This record gives sequence, structure tokens and C-alpha cells, in this order.
Amino acid sequence: MEYLLRMEKLMRTPMKVAAAVFSSALMLVGATACSSNPTDGASGGNGSGAVTAITVRGCTPQHSLLPVNTNEVCGGNVLDASQAKLIHYNSKDAAPQMDIAESIETTDAINWTVKLKQGYKFQDGTEVKAKHFVDAWNWGAYGPHGQVNSYFFEMIEGYADEQCGESGDCQKEKPKADTMSGLKVVDDYTFTIKTTSPTSNLVVRLGYTAFAPQPDAFFADTTEDKSEFAAKPISAGPYRITSVTDTEIVLEKFADYSGKDVGAVDKVTFPIYNDLGAAYNDVVANNLDMTDTIPAGNLVDDLWKSDAPDRWGTKDTGVFQALSYAPGNVDPGLADVKMRQALSMAVNRDEVTKQVFNGARVPATGWVPPMVDGYKANACGDNCVFDAAKAKQLYDEAGGYPGTLSIWVNGDGGHDPWASAVCNQIKNNLGLDCSVQTTPDFATLRDMIMNRELKGLYRAGWQMDYPSIENFLTPLYATGASSNDTDYSSAEFDGLLKEAAAATDNTAANKLYQQAELVLGQDMPTMPLWYQQSQYIFSDKIASVDMTPFSRFDFGSVKLK
Amino acid sequence: MGKYVIRRLLQMIPTLLGATLLIYWLNFSLPGDPTAGRCGERPCSPTYVAWFNHEYNLDKPFVVQYLLYLGKVVQGDLGTDFYNHSVLHELAIRYPTTLKLALIAVLFEVVVGLIAGIWSGMRQGKFADTFVTVVTLLLISMPVFVLGGLAQLIFGIRLKWFPVTAGATAGFYELLMPGLVLGALSLAYATRLTRTSLVENLRADYVRTARAKGLSRFRTIGIHTLRNSLLPVVTYVGGSIGALMGGAIVTERIFNVNGVGSYIYRSINQKDGVGLVGSITCLVLVFLIVNLIVDVLYSVLDPRISHD
Repeated sequence: MEYLLRMEKLMRTPMKVAAAVFSSALMLVGATACSSNPTDGASGGNGSGAVTAITVRGCTPQHSLLPVNTNEVCGGNVLDASQAKLIHYNSKDAAPQMDIAESIETTDAINWTVKLKQGYKFQDGTEVKAKHFVDAWNWGAYGPHGQVNSYFFEMIEGYADEQCGESGDCQKEKPKADTMSGLKVVDDYTFTIKTTSPTSNLVVRLGYTAFAPQPDAFFADTTEDKSEFAAKPISAGPYRITSVTDTEIVLEKFADYSGKDVGAVDKVTFPIYNDLGAAYNDVVANNLDMTDTIPAGNLVDDLWKSDAPDRWGTKDTGVFQALSYAPGNVDPGLADVKMRQALSMAVNRDEVTKQVFNGARVPATGWVPPMVDGYKANACGDNCVFDAAKAKQLYDEAGGYPGTLSIWVNGDGGHDPWASAVCNQIKNNLGLDCSVQTTPDFATLRDMIMNRELKGLYRAGWQMDYPSIENFLTPLYATGASSNDTDYSSAEFDGLLKEAAAATDNTAANKLYQQAELVLGQDMPTMPLWYQQSQYIFSDKIASVDMTPFSRFDFGSVKLK
Repeated sequence: MGKYVIRRLLQMIPTLLGATLLIYWLNFSLPGDPTAGRCGERPCSPTYVAWFNHEYNLDKPFVVQYLLYLGKVVQGDLGTDFYNHSVLHELAIRYPTTLKLALIAVLFEVVVGLIAGIWSGMRQGKFADTFVTVVTLLLISMPVFVLGGLAQLIFGIRLKWFPVTAGATAGFYELLMPGLVLGALSLAYATRLTRTSLVENLRADYVRTARAKGLSRFRTIGIHTLRNSLLPVVTYVGGSIGALMGGAIVTERIFNVNGVGSYIYRSINQKDGVGLVGSITCLVLVFLIVNLIVDVLYSVLDPRISHD
């Protein structure tokens, strides 16, 4: 009895202490912090009432906010909403549509004439003219400017003259020219592009952010890296970047926007988050309106769908995941194509996508995701269909794999679960030793791949630059291509790529690219795994929102409750 | 005293030099190419790599790199991080937030920690003592990311008492929950130190004498015992202030606090050597100064310790 009474007393004292601490802290809040009320996502309320605003997870852009210098998600999300290009990718299926361009024509896939729509406006009221494209591209491709996207211009004639020699070291060697000979302004609304070799899908490529025009204000900025302009960039897209600080980036609707991709809300704020989990929790609690990435832990058992019931969505994207086979001279055990087929057939993609990803990945039947222009199913054929018996038979015919097969993934991307699942399937179905090896981060994995240090299989993810079948083949499997990590080389494949690039008609070109993809199906330089979907959640303020195939929110599709 | 302070200030110079050299060397000898993650899921073009290496002096020998860096630091320039922002500017805009966070944590630690410590120390072996011991044990054994995540889930998402994250313009209210979480661990240590030290001193002869003289319980404990018992606690709290000012990397990440800790987190994540070395150099300085202040405070609390 006494004990109980004492306990009650004891309980009371710390409560009082806590209350005292809380109230003193609250007084501090009252004194100092009330004035600095953040601009929250709530719709304008008082006054005009019509202003609609949303908040979207942002992160710190890695580079300056210039279209030729942004290739990662953080800056890309912002620029995508603020830029207009010659071409706009339809936000439903990524089909290319004319935007600033009136027409883009060619007769030989080398000489192109671009005609612009008249009266298309930059956000400072000036008109978009041919020189704004030509000058911007010349500036972006110029080696000493060190822009990360400069390689997008490499198919234009004269690109090489703007680079600092073979080494790329601009301290030792200056470029021969500061303009590309393949670009010529004809009049205010017409310019021509000459490519070094036939490039039948040029039109599809021109929708990438790097090809955005720049206004006169850009060229008036005298800083070497255009940092003054980049602090408050002007472009021609549906939203204008009005404020860039360390804690948030604000976009406001551009009233005189000339294109068709009109935004549905007046203001989009990107508060900067350093951690996906924090943004995720904020959306679950309705403090943030949208987040475009779900932390890996919350995907388990579809937790994210129950955390935000009826407030989630998915979208097919142009991200392709595969496992690369180490080149034959690095790992002789994989030199035999039968071995590569056997390993691929031993993987049950349906099961892994269901068990590990809860259906958030689609099993691959080829090297190109379905939403891409030129997609055709089943390029991989039987090699990507699970067949344990046949796999074992091919494996035995190839003479078995010596030692332990390694599957290399980067440890910072949540790849371990699926890699282990694939590894176990190979182990059980073929009866060989398999182990998953992780590198501390993605950069280290890239390094080891580049130096050809890895034996066995390694992760190969590819996010498209532009939605064309060509972008999934040429940079990855053409002989000597920049991202050809498997040293794959096939005369037949290269020949078909060349032929396709020279075709003047996009449909004819795609047919040839599809044939080239079938060659990959015979040679199996990599093991296709699955196509990725993006997952997102939104707050209870939003009725519905779509994503583009580039894993970005489509602000034109936002419907508020 | 003046001499002592000057000597300590001079000692800071070699300490700072050593610390920066070590951090700089460790950071830039990490494996992996810093440009490898900067061009999406593909390698950067040779032109960009060459430009980048030149821009950040990575094409020079290590000693030259370090000396160039040091030369700038001496002039008060901590360099430009990989995001092309001045490190000094980044730290300047983040420090107010981190200071607010640290203030909340320290207040929590000192006020609640001392009270709980004294309370349990005076009721040694009774329920209060056991209760405090169990609670502090729980706090000590719980990693901060568990505690932070739990607090966020329970008080932020479920009960909605506090904002889930601190956000862009964090005032004291937004920082309250992160501050309490941050202070919780050091609070547990401070409580236990106070308790132990108090219990020890209560058994001392001078306390018995004081009681025998007929002094009130309040005076014996409040004036005589506490003053002697607080020395180790001051040492500990002083050290933890230094650590808290450095920002709490994990706590700031969980609650999206835009402080120094989240800057360090981002720098580590992006292999941003310049940002990392700059902010840690700054932290070393803060730590050294706080330590100096604590050492000077000793002589105030205990006249037997003299710095002359």
C-alpha cells in the first residue's frame, strides 16, 4: 500500500519536471521563432485564394542549375519543370512531340533543318530564336567549360574540334574551335544541324535537357561558369525558378508560357531533404505533398502502401537492370556462350520480382524497356525464360564453372536482397558455388568495372537519356562504346547499328535496331533481369498525380482535392 | 590564468594542423574516383574528369594539394565544395540551427540530468534510484537512430504532437523533438555521473560533520556536497557540448535538420572531400575552444585547482 503511494508520488515529480522544461522551451518558441513561419504547402487561403501550391521532396543539385550541367535527379527534377526544348516527351508514354520546333526535317539523316515556332517566349519576355539554340549548344560542348552533359552533342559535326584533344585535359591542350561547324543559323527561326554520321533518331534525342535554348541573359553573364545566371536561371518552360537557397528551391508558374505542357498548380516548392526516410515520413504525416522515392526498407511487405493508403502510385520507367558477364579474357569461365545462357536460364525472374520486389519490377524479356520507342518483346527469347533442366544441361555442356561464381553489387543501393536471391537460384539449379560480393559504394563498383578487375557477374543498371531503343544498344554494346563494360564486340551487331543510324525513317531504323537486339539475344553479353518501376506517395491534399516515364512528377497532371 | 589561456591557445595550432592533415590525408586516400558518381549511372567523360581534377587540385601530388588547401584555410577560406558552394558560407548558414539544437539538448541534459541524478542519489537503493537506473540504462543502450526513429513515429506521425521533421526554417519548436532525442543519451550519462558522485560524497567525513553540526539537509547537500560532486559532471557536459555543437549527424538526418551534421552527412555521401575537411576542421576548432572554457571553469568550481 505504502509502496504504491510512493510510486504515485515518484511518478508525479518527473512529470512536473518535464512539464517545466517543455513550457520553458515553448516560451522560447513564442519569443523567437513565431515570426519565421515557413511557407508551407497549404493553398493560399487568405487574400487571392486562387493560388495553388504544393511541396515536393527536393535534394541539393550536384551541379549548377544549367541544362548542360545537370544529369542527376536533384537538379533534373527542377530543370525538367522549367525548361522547354525543341521536342517534348509525352508524359504518358514518352512519345516525342514538337515543342519549340515547328518541324525538324532531313533527307539523309545527316543534314537536318530545324524550323522554330514564332513567338515562343523565354521567361524574361524575349523570344526564342535560332541563335539561342546554336550558341547554347556551342557553349555547352566547349571542353574547357567542363559541363557534364557536353557528350550529348558528340554526334554534331565539329564536336571534336571543341574538345581538348584525346586526353581531354584542357590545361595541356586548347580546343581548335569554340563553335561546332555542324551548326548554322539560317534566319531567326531556322537553323541547320549536320551530324558526323547518319543519326536517324536525332529528333528523339533533342528532347533531352542538355538541348534547351539559352536566352540573351545567359550570354550576357560574364562569369566563366555562368554562375550568376545559374543562380536565377531563365528558360522557356512552364515553371520559372524564382528562388534557389540551401533549404529550398521554389518554382512559380510562368504565366506567358507558350507550350502545351501547362502546369496544374501555381507554385511548386522543393524543400531540400538529405534523407529519403525523412521525406517519406513527412508525406505519410501529410507535411509534404509528394516524394518520388520510397526508402528500400519501406518497400518490404508493401509497407509503403499501408503507410499511405490510397495515396500511392507506380509508373513504368526507362530503367533497365541486368547483370554483366565479365569479359572472356578477364574470366575465362564465362567465355562460352552456353555458360552465359545456362546462368540466365537458371534465374527465375518471376519469382524474384514477386518475392523480393513485391511486383515493383517487371521481368525482362530483352534489353529494352516496354515504354521506349522501338520496343519489341522477347529479344532474349528462351535465354531469359526460367528452365532449370535446360540450364543444367547447357551448364554441363559448357564444362562447368571453375570455383565460386561472384555476383558484384554496390552495397549502398539496397541490391543485396535480389542479388542473394539470384545467387541462390543459380546455386540450387546449377549446383555451383555462388556468393554475393558488395563494394562500399557505387563509385567503387564503377571503378572496379572500368579497370576490368571483376570476375563473375556485376550489376549493370541503365537509365535512358532519351526514350529510344538506340540509347539502350549503342552506348552499351557497340564495339568500343563508352559504357561497354563487357567488351562486347560483334561485327553483325555493329553493322546493324550503323545501318539503322543511316535509315532516314524512324520506323525503318527501329526495325533494324530490333534486329540488332536479337543479335544480343544470341550472344548474351549481359543477363537481362527486369525493368524498373518507380513508386511514389503523396499527401491527402492531392487527389491524384502522375509520373513521367523519367521518374519525375508530371505537374500538369496534379489534381488537388 | 592569462598565461595558461595563452599557452592553451598556442597549443591549438599544432593540434589543428595535425587534425587537418590527418583528415585530409584519410579523406583523399579513400578508394574510388570522386567523379565516378557525378554523371548518373555512367562514367564521366575524360574532359569532365580532367576539368574536375584540375578544379579541385586532384591532379597534383598530395603534399602540394594539402599545402594549397592550408594556404587558403589560413586566409580564412575553407574552399569550395563539390556542389560549387563556399564551405564557409555553408557552415555559416547552418551553424545557427545547430546551435539552437545543441542548446535544447544541453538544457535538457543539464536540467533533467542533474535533477534526476540528485533525486536518485539521495534515495540510494530505493525505488527512485532503481527507476532512474533502469530508464538511463534503456537510453544508453538504445542507438540514437532507433530512439530518433521511434520518437518520430510515435510523437510525430501517430500522435502528431511535434512536427515530423524540422524543415527549412527551423525554430525552437521544430527543433524540440530532435533536441530532446539528441540530448537523451548524454542526459543518461550525466544522470548516472551525478548520482555516483553524489553518493560517494554523501559518505564523506565532511558531510557527516556538517550534519552533526546541525546543518539542514538542504544546506549539506545543496551547498556542500553538490559543489564537490559536480566536477566530473562538468567535465562530461563540457565534452558533450563540443560534440553537440558539431551537430549530430544521425539526428539531423532523421529529422531533416539543416545543420552542420546534415552537411557532413551529405559530404560523406557524395565523397565531397572539400566540404568534409572544411567542416571537420571547423569542428575541431569548436571542440578545442569548448574544452578550454571547461578547463578554466574548473578553477571556479574547485579553488584547489589553479591554473597559475
